[in-house]
Amino acid sequence: MDRFVFLFAAGLARGAVLALFALSLVIVWRTARVVNFAQAAMAAAAVYAAFAVTAATGSYWAGLLTGLAAGALLGAAAERGLMRRLPAHAPLPGIIVAIGLVMVLQAGLAIAFGPEHRPMRPPFSERPFIIGGVPVLSPNDLFTLAAAAAVMAALALLFNRTSLGLQLRAAAFAPETARLLGVRVPRMVTLGWALSVAAASLAALLLVPTELGLNPHAVDLLFVNAFAVAVIGGLDSPAGALLAGIGVGLLVSLVTGYVSASAAPLAVLALMTLVLLVRPGGLLAPKEARTA
Amino acid sequence: MNTPPPPRLSVSGLEVAFGGLTALNGVSFDVADGETVALIGPNGAGKTTVFNAVCGLVKPRSGTVRIAGRPAPARATGLLKAGVARTLQGLGLFAHMTVLENVLVPLTALRHPDPAAKARSTLDALDLADLAGRPAGTLPYPERKRVALARALATDPRLLLLDEPAGGLGAADIDALAETVRRIADAGCAVLLVEHHVDFVMDVADRIVVLDFGEVIAAGTPDAVRRDPAVEAAYLGLEAVGAEAATAPAPQDAEGGTA
Repeated sequence: MDRFVFLFAAGLARGAVLALFALSLVIVWRTARVVNFAQAAMAAAAVYAAFAVTAATGSYWAGLLTGLAAGALLGAAAERGLMRRLPAHAPLPGIIVAIGLVMVLQAGLAIAFGPEHRPMRPPFSERPFIIGGVPVLSPNDLFTLAAAAAVMAALALLFNRTSLGLQLRAAAFAPETARLLGVRVPRMVTLGWALSVAAASLAALLLVPTELGLNPHAVDLLFVNAFAVAVIGGLDSPAGALLAGIGVGLLVSLVTGYVSASAAPLAVLALMTLVLLVRPGGLLAPKEARTA
Repeated sequence: MNTPPPPRLSVSGLEVAFGGLTALNGVSFDVADGETVALIGPNGAGKTTVFNAVCGLVKPRSGTVRIAGRPAPARATGLLKAGVARTLQGLGLFAHMTVLENVLVPLTALRHPDPAAKARSTLDALDLADLAGRPAGTLPYPERKRVALARALATDPRLLLLDEPAGGLGAADIDALAETVRRIADAGCAVLLVEHHVDFVMDVADRIVVLDFGEVIAAGTPDAVRRDPAVEAAYLGLEAVGAEAATAPAPQDAEGGTA
């Protein structure tokens, strides 16, 4: 039972990061109908920016803010500079350009910073609290959970409770109609990309210090698992990303603890396959058409 | 001597071509404030193309579209600011959003000082207040059409373009719609509508412009148009033969409308 509690708590923290990264994929999918395969490389670039600023200033928080800003700028630049120029209503060009962007970014990061893992320190202790003799979440886990939850709540508020969010949703669901209603759709798409990559960068900034460290591929596995989460939850569903993120985080933690670490990715893929067989659109995929 | 104000909408010598196909050829007509003008004609006549040209969605080869004497803005935001709003034949409601949110979209886009109050008062005026919290996609078709109309009216347009407002509605809903259109025009708004439902058109229109193969073949009051032999040959005769077809939604053409 003690082991289960420990694994459950660790899975929650991992799940929050997965949910946040998956949410970033959902945002860009809803905004531009593109699965951004460059999300990991862009997030890694943002983490490098954070790493550089933290190294120069000694402040984790300055690095964190820089990483978020760099992620937002990268997202906006990718949309304005690349994605906007692609033919509309054809998914393949966006995927190919994103994969090209992965290669360019990862090669550029390797040239600039080297391919080796660079250790990053988490902002808080990773020594877990002991409750009733059972090690549970560490202060850093709590920070991770709180930061991911706060950003997801802020995004939910932005999208559902503000004028800007209403226009973001309108532009995402029916861009042509939204344009006729005065919504500045290109601006909303750029903003969607900026928010998306900033959220992915935060997820990477929370995860990388707790793993092997920073290298150009440090966010790749997070992307793979978060992509599975987004598909399981439903690419169109922010709530699906949240639920599936927590679920997959727990699954990975429990399978790692009770079976082996190498079995965890297989468990995630098996879950994704099962969901795709039963509900091809994902667990919380919307049933209705986007316009009526 | 005072010069009369320019018409709210003035379309002059409009020519639109899609590749080698001439969709509109020298179309001219005006719509004054408080006037309801109907564009009718068989499928493919160019009615929706006129709407799209007014809204800047298609670029005319020649001719002009003027709003209150000024060239029509090319961008949707400019059109809304110039007091132009339209409904879509396919309605284009955001299915997952509530009725209130659908009406809020243009108001927030235009930075209305109090979008929530304005949206609620617009819904109230169209007896939609009780449905404000319902997702638009869950409503019956007549209510969805009213929501689309409310969304267009929310910005207080001076020129309202209605694309097949009576399509798919039953007799009672059409009567209510006619009353609403009359009320809108009585308030001073210029109304231009594309419609296949002849009885509705004859009921609400002050003037009718008849298009056939992209050209104006007749224009005038409903009575004058009804008696015009050219109109009967091109359109109204067909409607008399297939009266049921008039109440059914028109089939869509490649532009997404019944051109």
